[in-house]
Order: sequence, then C-alpha cells, then structure tokens
Amino acid sequence: MTISFLLLAAITIIGTAAAMTLKNLVHCVLALSLGLVGLAALYMQLGAQFVGFTQILVYVGAVAILAAFAIMMTRSADPAVSHVVSSFRASGALIAILVFAVLAWATISGTSAQPILTAAPESSVGQVGAALMHRFVLPLEVIGLLLTAALIGAGILAMDEHRGNQNRGTR
Amino acid sequence: MSQLSGYLLLSAFLFSIGLAGALTRRNAILVLIGIELMLNAANLNFIAFWRYGPHPEALTGVMFAIFSISVAAAEAAVGLSIILAVYRHSRTTDLDKLNSMKG
Repeated sequence: MTISFLLLAAITIIGTAAAMTLKNLVHCVLALSLGLVGLAALYMQLGAQFVGFTQILVYVGAVAILAAFAIMMTRSADPAVSHVVSSFRASGALIAILVFAVLAWATISGTSAQPILTAAPESSVGQVGAALMHRFVLPLEVIGLLLTAALIGAGILAMDEHRGNQNRGTR
Repeated sequence: MSQLSGYLLLSAFLFSIGLAGALTRRNAILVLIGIELMLNAANLNFIAFWRYGPHPEALTGVMFAIFSISVAAAEAAVGLSIILAVYRHSRTTDLDKLNSMKG
C-alpha cells in the first residue's frame, strides 16, 4: 500500500465518481478523462507501460473525445433538464452498493494475507511486440478485422440517411 | 492487506460506480461511459493479477488487457454512432423518453 498507489487511486476514484454524478455532461467527460489518466498511471505503476500508453491513446485521446463530440451533437434544444438521473435512482444505487459490498467482501476474505513476493516483471514494448507477432498473431489479425468492421459500421450508422440519398440522387 | 487487495478493491469500486452510472443516469451517452468504466475495472484486474500472479513472464495479462481495450474502443464507436442515429430519429437521448419501439 504505497503512497503512490493511494494518490493514483484517489485521482481515479475522484475522476470516475465525478464523471458519474456531475450534472453538466461536458464536465462529466472531462472528469472521466481525469479518471482514465489516473488509471493509465496505475497501469504504468504496475509495470505495464505499453498498456498505460495504449489506455491514454485510446481512452483519453479517442473515446473521451468521441463522447464529447457526441454530447455536443446531441445537445437538445430545451435546456430544461430538471433531474439528470433516471426515475429508479434509489434501486440502481442500491444494486451498485450491493455489488460493491459483495466484491469487497470476496476480495478481503478471499486473497491470502501474505504477499506474493515476485520481482517486478519485465514488459518492455519490444517484448510486447514480439509476443504480438509470435504467440498472439492470430488474435491480432482478428482484432484488426473487428476494428475495421466497427469503423465501417459506425460510419454507416452515423451517416445521415436523407443526405446520403440526396448525394446518391445527384450522382 | 496485500498490494493485490488494494488494486482489487479499487477495481470493485470502479465497477460499482460504472454500474451505478449505467443504471441511474438518463443520458444514453453517460450510460455508455458507465459501461466503459466497468470494462476498465476488468482491465485493471487483468493487469493486477498479471503483476502479482505466478507467471508474469508469459505476458498473458498484458495481452488480454490490450485486446480488451481494442474491443472496448470498437464498442464505444459503434455505441456512440447508434446513439447519434437514435437522436436523429427521435431528437432526444433521454432514456426515459425513449420508451417506444415504434418507427
């Protein structure tokens, strides 16, 4: 339980909790970016530098910005947002608290008390690349196919149908 | 309490806050963000178990986390574009008002 872990965990908890509770949606996305940066720093502290940088690139750089753009594009004309939470707020919060209680109980009672003494594992970018090219080359290809399909599918879904028909008509 | 327990507790908190957001928020985009937070909790578990597990030299946990991040990115892109399409159809992203499956 080092001081750096506590600091990064506090940043992550504050960021994600603010992202789920704030009223202004843009503030939510900014708080989410803070929490994801804290999570990436936790990955790096655990010795997984490549995953940490991937987290910053993918989540902070792409997903949070995409969510911010989606919020700006779907901002409704009426600003009369009286209550931001859904009608069954109490039951949802109760379910979440119960899930956390069960997970925390399992964690505290389940893991062994003595720490597992292993040296910090090596995971340089070169090793990760070699593993991706040798042992995990088939999953890498499958994930490339999945990302291509998701890119095309997202573009088709987000495309304005009427404007697409107009363009097709003029051509 | 060992180091691993701290990471697992943080991951449990992340999962719960994501679940609470997905269940209680009214905006569809924030529900999607809550689902992303739950996926991130799973990633933190992968990395923590890789770091404190018996065979960290195999890099299995790191690989699992990388592929999980890729799938989450694809899911976020498709989910946000579905939300945009729904918004274009019904002019709202309020999930309490999106209660009709009619065209």
